[in-house]
Amino acid sequence: MAFPVLSIIVFTPIVFGMLLLLFPAHRMREIRIFALIGASIALGLSVWAYFSYDQVLGGYQLIERYEWIPRLGIAYHVGVDGMNLPLVLLTGVVIFTGVLISWGIDDRPREFFAFLFILATGVFGVFVALDLFMLFFFYEIAVFPMYLLISIWGWKVTREYAAMKLTLYLFIGSVIALIGGLAMYFASGATSFGLLDLETAGFSIAFQRFWFPFVFFGFAVLGGIFPVHNWSPDGHVAAPTAVSMFHAGVLMKLGAFASLRVGIMLLPEGAKFWAPLVLGLATVNVVYGAFIASVQTDFKYVIGFSSVSHMGLVLLGFATLNPDGITGAGVQMFSHGVMTALFFAVVGMVYDRAHTREIPKLGGFMKAMPLAGIAFIIGGLVSMGMPGFSGFIAEFPIFMGLWQRQPVIALVAAISIVITAGYIMRVVGRVFFGDMPQEFEGHITPIKLQDKVALVILSAILVIVGVYPRIMVPLVQSGAQAVLSLLGGA
Amino acid sequence: MIGDAFNPTIILAILPEILLLALAGLILVVDLFARRRASILGWLTALGLTITLVLTLLYARPNSGSELIFGGMLRHDWISFVFAVVFQFAAAVTALLSTGVNEVSDRGEYFALLVVTALGMTMMAAAADLMMLFLAIETTSIPLYILAGFLKDDERSTESGMKYFLFGAVTSAVMLYGFSLLYGFTGETNLYALADGMAAGKISPLVIAAMAVLVLVGFGFKVSIVPFHFWSPDVYEGAPTPITAYISTASKSAGFAVLLRVMLAVFPAIAAEWTLLLAIMATATMTLGNLLALAQTNIKRMLAYSSIAHAGYAVIGLVALSSFGAASVVFYLAAYIVTNLAAFAVVILFARTAGSETIADYAGLSRRSPGLGLVLMVAFLSLGGMPPLAGFVAKFYVFAAAVESGWIWLAFVGVLNAIIGLYYYLTVLKVVYLYRSEEEDKPIAVPRTYALVLIVCVIAIIAIGAFSAPWLDWALTSATSLF
Repeated sequence: MAFPVLSIIVFTPIVFGMLLLLFPAHRMREIRIFALIGASIALGLSVWAYFSYDQVLGGYQLIERYEWIPRLGIAYHVGVDGMNLPLVLLTGVVIFTGVLISWGIDDRPREFFAFLFILATGVFGVFVALDLFMLFFFYEIAVFPMYLLISIWGWKVTREYAAMKLTLYLFIGSVIALIGGLAMYFASGATSFGLLDLETAGFSIAFQRFWFPFVFFGFAVLGGIFPVHNWSPDGHVAAPTAVSMFHAGVLMKLGAFASLRVGIMLLPEGAKFWAPLVLGLATVNVVYGAFIASVQTDFKYVIGFSSVSHMGLVLLGFATLNPDGITGAGVQMFSHGVMTALFFAVVGMVYDRAHTREIPKLGGFMKAMPLAGIAFIIGGLVSMGMPGFSGFIAEFPIFMGLWQRQPVIALVAAISIVITAGYIMRVVGRVFFGDMPQEFEGHITPIKLQDKVALVILSAILVIVGVYPRIMVPLVQSGAQAVLSLLGGA
Repeated sequence: MIGDAFNPTIILAILPEILLLALAGLILVVDLFARRRASILGWLTALGLTITLVLTLLYARPNSGSELIFGGMLRHDWISFVFAVVFQFAAAVTALLSTGVNEVSDRGEYFALLVVTALGMTMMAAAADLMMLFLAIETTSIPLYILAGFLKDDERSTESGMKYFLFGAVTSAVMLYGFSLLYGFTGETNLYALADGMAAGKISPLVIAAMAVLVLVGFGFKVSIVPFHFWSPDVYEGAPTPITAYISTASKSAGFAVLLRVMLAVFPAIAAEWTLLLAIMATATMTLGNLLALAQTNIKRMLAYSSIAHAGYAVIGLVALSSFGAASVVFYLAAYIVTNLAAFAVVILFARTAGSETIADYAGLSRRSPGLGLVLMVAFLSLGGMPPLAGFVAKFYVFAAAVESGWIWLAFVGVLNAIIGLYYYLTVLKVVYLYRSEEEDKPIAVPRTYALVLIVCVIAIIAIGAFSAPWLDWALTSATSLF
């Protein structure tokens, strides 16, 4: 039997999380180091999986399959292809950098890392799942630790409200999608929950059109689709830094990915029928999110709404249903994940030192923490879609795809690029340049080594994908091809 | 098989019942000599029940088919076997939970009555005749009335016992009236002859429906579905907490065992009508139970309303009217029993040290006893339907059964209710994990007996949730004996 690398990636975090609970609560240093070891294993194996994927061969690789509930045709079945592999890597990167950034947490770090790791297992499980039941199973595992992470370690002002709102939104979405999944299972003859079997089940057009909205929008809630996006800025702002990184960076991709994997790929006729609505709503996301971001005075809310805007681009890419759009969306998921993790990391560092996130009260942080400033600017350039950074590699194909499908939407959505440039430059200018207010002088400590390592990793990835897109684009293209073959069949 | 010559295997079929009766007698005898030896009776009961459980598993397992035994009084089949196992497990856990509760832990009659209820329940699950069924229900109920009111000096407990008794007596009477009509119209008392009797007698569907409704009153009381739920919050709140746990799990499941068997065996002629009726009742049960649970400040009352809601979810599986649906009910009950027992164990432990059942007083529990906080989290998330815990797969199967049979709207009602449910479970967890309290430095004592119960229940919750295949096989096998 081959080395079960995906299973190890999926279960390493939860095993480490459970072992962490056995540590005495006061051994904080050991707890952190042990957490870092777990995260390193997950990251290392994700990198290994990423580079061992054979693009010539294509299709699903590193497959493992064990019967789970055979009476219902449910299997533990995992595999990676061009679409989900970058997301596995993304999760590995964010969990690793998230642990580094969270080094300073001293309220019950044991429980914090344990819950964070349960969350990571849920996320990994969804990305690699090739079985619908398994996908739901891990999806829900990813939802509930979020509640505790935000409500216990979050920002005191809004954490209770935001955590509950987020959990209920995501749970509603997923259970509605669950009913759709069950309908598919029974319509296909109730023999298998395997995604690959359901792809070829040949659902009637009426069936697909009826169930597509339940499944797609049910998952897209977590992707942040308008008008059910507003859990996301609240959630991101209330969450502690590592959780914001994980949340905006990875969890929103979980929603987008699941709506692609289950909604579009299993119900392609439904996707064709409902694509105009998705295009419309996602355009609102993109433009409205950017506008709202530009009027925020809270640093973290700016980033929170920029996520709404950027996730809109992912959903727009999906809704083009053409090769360029879907490839772009795939790269955007990765690029936005890393970028947003970087943003939230920097926001967290600023907040920890200034104890405020009000943009007008900040200033001059470039001198105090140059590396964080540079990293934020790199993130900003990615966010604006500058060539040479990963954002361009992602957004350019999305707009190409949009133009082929609906030029008007492409034009409207392109407005967001200008607005994004506006608010990013405003934030960079106000927070990092200019004069530092009197009360901060001398109080701003330099950032720690762990923080530096995290920032360098995140920035480097954004630049590498930007200058050397071949490292990711052909891979995602091959994944997009699989999606299109399902769409093209009818 | 009715009227066959005596066959020794039928003795093995009622092995659990025989052993339980012997155990109840043994407890009373030991009680004479072991007065004031705290916790020995609880351990004896639990040990005895474990032994009967193991012997049941080894020797009382039915063959693949089902057979009527003792002149058609009982039916020896998989569903009665599975339920017998479940009831003995629940009773054993309840006995252990009682070891640390004042005024019950040293009372032999308490444990003997507990064992008698388990005996009644196994007979309820196996009864195949109206007479037997009624006797089994009363054998279960009457000791439960006494147990609910066991704390003589506590007004709430007395009220609990009285209320339980009055509601139980009235609904039993109505049910008995239904039974008498069934016998009057068909001349049969055997459940499996009634349907044919109705068909042969060309009884009008209206009359059948009336009889079904009368019978449902009695069963609805046992499983506490709306509108026969009014007793449960008060009874749950006042009864000794181990008994609350027991009523909300085992007694409810026994009601479901009867509900499944009778509705499927006796009323196939009007299946379309009673499933619709039950679907409406399930909707009302889930919605009302969950909405009222939202407003509770006492954790036992909250769990009472949550238990009403859970009965509603389980009814969905019966409404599906399929083999898979019936299996999903059995699975749901098993998952619910282990989960709720764990939750009540925490409630008992907390009340022992902190002397409170108010949700707000649970603040700081995660600091006072991290392990207990974790168990409560596992139990509540399982009740809320989160994987990898038992509650998730249980709900998944029930909703799947509904979708399979085309009850899409009911499945949606179910999932929306699951969200309300999750809300109030999370609210409690928030208090446990987030809020601080002045008592934080006072740890909660967890005696070994309770630690054992907590560990067993948590392992069961995770095992049923993450590795549900073998349990589902059992449930499916037992469901086939109903069709």
